[in-house]
Amino acid sequence: MQRVSIDPITRLEGHGKIDIFLNDDGGVANAYVQVPELRGFERFCLGRPAEDMPNITDRICGVCPEAHHMASTKALDALFHVDPPPTAKVLRELFYSIFYATDHTTHFYALGGPDFVMGPDAPPLERNILGVVKKVGMEVAGAVLKMRRDGHHLIKMMGGRPVHPNWGLPGGVSRGITEEQREEIERLGLDAIEFGKFTIKLFSDLVLGNPVYVDLIKNEAYVHRTYNMGTVDENNHVNFYDGMIRVVGPDGKEHAKYHARDYMQYVAEHVEPWTYLKFPFLKKIGWKGFEDGVDSGIYKATPLSRLNAADGMATPLAQAEYERMYDVLGGKPVNHTLATHWARIIELLYAAEHWVELSRNPLVTGEEFRVLPTETPTEGVGSVEAPRGTLTHHYWTDERGILTKVNLIVGTTNNNAAINLSVRDAAKGLITKGKTITEGLLNTIEMAYRAYDPCMACATHTLPGQMPLEVVLRSPQGEVVGKLSRGF
Amino acid sequence: MTEPNGKGVLALYWAASCGGCEIAVLGIDDKILKVAEAFDIVFWPCAVDGKVHDIEKMPDKSIDLCLFNGAIRTSEQEYMARLLRAKSKALVAFGSCAHEGCIPALANMNSREQVFQTAYHDTPSTDNPFGIRPQTETEVPEGTLYLPLFYDTVKTLGQTVQVDYYLPGCPPEADRIWEALVAILENKLPPPGSVSGATTTVCDDCPRTRTEKKIKEFKRTWQIIPDPDICLLEQGLLCCGIATRAGCGALCPQVGSPCIGCYGPNAGVADFGARMMTALASVIDSNDPEEIDRIITEGIPDPVGSFYRFSLANSLLRRKALSNHRLVAEAVPEGG
Repeated sequence: MQRVSIDPITRLEGHGKIDIFLNDDGGVANAYVQVPELRGFERFCLGRPAEDMPNITDRICGVCPEAHHMASTKALDALFHVDPPPTAKVLRELFYSIFYATDHTTHFYALGGPDFVMGPDAPPLERNILGVVKKVGMEVAGAVLKMRRDGHHLIKMMGGRPVHPNWGLPGGVSRGITEEQREEIERLGLDAIEFGKFTIKLFSDLVLGNPVYVDLIKNEAYVHRTYNMGTVDENNHVNFYDGMIRVVGPDGKEHAKYHARDYMQYVAEHVEPWTYLKFPFLKKIGWKGFEDGVDSGIYKATPLSRLNAADGMATPLAQAEYERMYDVLGGKPVNHTLATHWARIIELLYAAEHWVELSRNPLVTGEEFRVLPTETPTEGVGSVEAPRGTLTHHYWTDERGILTKVNLIVGTTNNNAAINLSVRDAAKGLITKGKTITEGLLNTIEMAYRAYDPCMACATHTLPGQMPLEVVLRSPQGEVVGKLSRGF
Repeated sequence: MTEPNGKGVLALYWAASCGGCEIAVLGIDDKILKVAEAFDIVFWPCAVDGKVHDIEKMPDKSIDLCLFNGAIRTSEQEYMARLLRAKSKALVAFGSCAHEGCIPALANMNSREQVFQTAYHDTPSTDNPFGIRPQTETEVPEGTLYLPLFYDTVKTLGQTVQVDYYLPGCPPEADRIWEALVAILENKLPPPGSVSGATTTVCDDCPRTRTEKKIKEFKRTWQIIPDPDICLLEQGLLCCGIATRAGCGALCPQVGSPCIGCYGPNAGVADFGARMMTALASVIDSNDPEEIDRIITEGIPDPVGSFYRFSLANSLLRRKALSNHRLVAEAVPEGG
C-alpha cells in the first residue's frame, strides 16, 4: 500500500500532519490528521488559585486568547456564585465582538481567502496575503490593516494588552471605559460595519460571481452530513458570548438544546493512539468511528455550524446575508465545508453590527463594572463561542478557591473528528487511479482542512490554515518512490 | 550568508508556544514590509515558503538571524532547535517560552505520566474504556503512524542550545520587537547573551502612586476593588512589577490588574521567584516570624504559580524532582 504523507515540512515538524494511504488500485484507502503535541493544562493548573486561570489559559492560544480569557472568566462567575453587574456583561460582550470582527478578518484575508482570491491552482508563492494584496490592490490591504489595527488597539485599551489581556475577574472586569473611549469604540465600530459590507461584496464578486468556485463549494467531496453545534440567544439567533448550546442534526432537526453547565450529559471525548488530540462526540449518539450521518456522534462547531444550529442572526445586515447564503446553497442545513468561509464573513458583519449596538448601550460607561463574590467557591462552567468552535472551561476548587480539577474542551478540538472526515473524503474524491498528484490537487485537499480555520495553537501551534506541505509517496515497503513539495 | 541582493537572511520558528509571538510580530503592522525589504525570509512556517529539508541542506551559519519562539517539550522541537542553531549566525530566544519556559513549563511540577493520566483518563468528559494512550508508533490497518516523543520536562531554548540574545515578554510588545529589529538592521548588536530591553522594572513605568506603606496582609484579586491611583502592592495585591523587567509600559496595572511577571526578572537577577520573595519581605509590616509566615501562607496560597508562573523552567528549581530513575532518562537529550 502506498502512503502520501502531507507532512508540514517533515515528520519532525510540530504543526500537524496528514497521512493518506493509497490502496492497490491507486485510490485512497484512508487518511489520518495527526496532532503531534499536548501541553497538559488540565494537569498543571491543579493547585493554582482559580482567579489566575484567565491569565493562564489564555496562553493555550495566542491567536484567540480573548476566547479563553472570556470562557475562563465566566467559569469564575459560576465557580464563585456571583452574577456580574449589567455594565460588566455589556463590556465583556462588546470586547468580545471587537475580538471576533478582528479575528475573522485575519482568517478571511490572510489564511482562507487566498485560495479563493488567487485560485486553488495559483502558484504557491502567490497564494498568500501578499498575492491577495497584489491582486486586489493596496487600498484593500490598507482597509484590512486598519481593521486589524483598530481591533487590537481597542482590545488593548479595554483589556490591557493586545495579546493576552488581563481584565476578567469573577463578578466583572478590572476596569470600565470612559465616555471618550466609548465614542472611539463606536466610531471604529461604524468603520468595521463598512468593512464587513465591503468584505461580503468582495466575496460575492470574486467567489460567487465565478461558477468554477461555486461548483467547488458544492462539490460532493467537500460535503459532510454531521451534527452542528452553536450557542444561541433566547430567539435562537447566533450569539458568541452567552446563551444556550444548540445541536442540530444533518437533517436539520434539533438534537439538543442545553445550558453549558450540562455539557457533560451531551459531549464526551474519545481517545486514539495515533494523535495527542482527543475526539469529542455527542454522547447520546455515541462514538461510531470516523463516519458522518445522523447515527454518528461526530459534530462540527464552526461558523457554518453556528449558522446551521441557529434560526437566524440578531442584526439586520447579517440576517439579510444569512438568508441569501441559504437561498444560494439550497436551504438549511448547509453541509458544504467550503461554505464555512461565507458563514465566517456573515459572522464578521454581525460582530461589527453588534459592536456598534453595544457601544451605544447606556450601561456601557457605567461605574459598576464589578461586584465582589461573597460565597464559597465550589464548581463552575464557563462557555463562549470561540471563533473556531464552542469553548468550555470547567473548574472545581476547594473552599479557598484552589483548583482541584480542571476540564477543557477547546474550539478546534470539537472539530477533530470532522476534520479527519473532511480530509479523508476530499482525498478520496480528488485522488483517483491514474490521476497525477499535483501541487494544486494537494492544495484542494488541504482546503478541506483549512475551511475549519483549525487553530492548531489550541491543538498544536499552526497559525490557522497555514501549512507548508511536503508529500512523500511511499511504496508498501516504505521506500520513497516520489516527492513533491510546496508551501505558501 | 547574505544574499546576492545584499539582503540579510532571516528565519522565524515556533516550538512549544501558543502562537501569540507570531501575532505579536504581525503587531509591528506595516513595518513588516520594511523587514521584508531588509531580509529574505527563508523560513517562517506560518507565513512563507521554506521547509525543514531546505534548511537541512543549507551550509552552517548561513542564516543571519533566527527568531525562535516556544519552549522545548518534544523530540521534534529539540531537533529543530539544534538544526536552527547550527544554521544561524545569531539565534534569538524570542518571547517568554523560549526565554524562560513560560506557562507550558508549569507542567514541570508534574511528570509526563501525570500529564497523560489526567488528559487521557481522569478528565471527566474523557470516554476511554480501553485505557488508550497516544503512542510514538501506532500500527493502523494501512501502515504505521508516528508521533514525536513527549518529554517529562519542558526546557528553555537556552537549556537546549547556545542562545545569542533573549527578547523577553509574553508576548514581547510590538514596539520592543521593532527596536530589536532596528538594532539588528543597524548592526548595533548588544554583547552576546544579552537580554534585549530595559534595565528598569515595571514599577518604574507604572503611573500609580507609591508611598512607603507596609502591608499586614495580601489580598487575592477577587477580594478587593483596588483604588485606581494607588500602587497595587500597597493595597495588598500580589503585583510582580517590583521584580519584573520593564518593557511593556506597565500595561496591566493601568487596567487595574496586578503585573503577573511575563517579562521575566529584571536585569542582573537570576531567579525571578527569589527576587520577588526578597522584595515582598521588605513590604510586609512585621518582625514576628510567625506573623510573617501567616501573612504569606494565607495570602499567597500558590507560591510556585505566583512567583514562577513564567520562569519555572529557567529558575534555580527548574522542576519538581522526579525519581532517580526518571532523572537518568531525562539526561539523555542533554542540552548543548
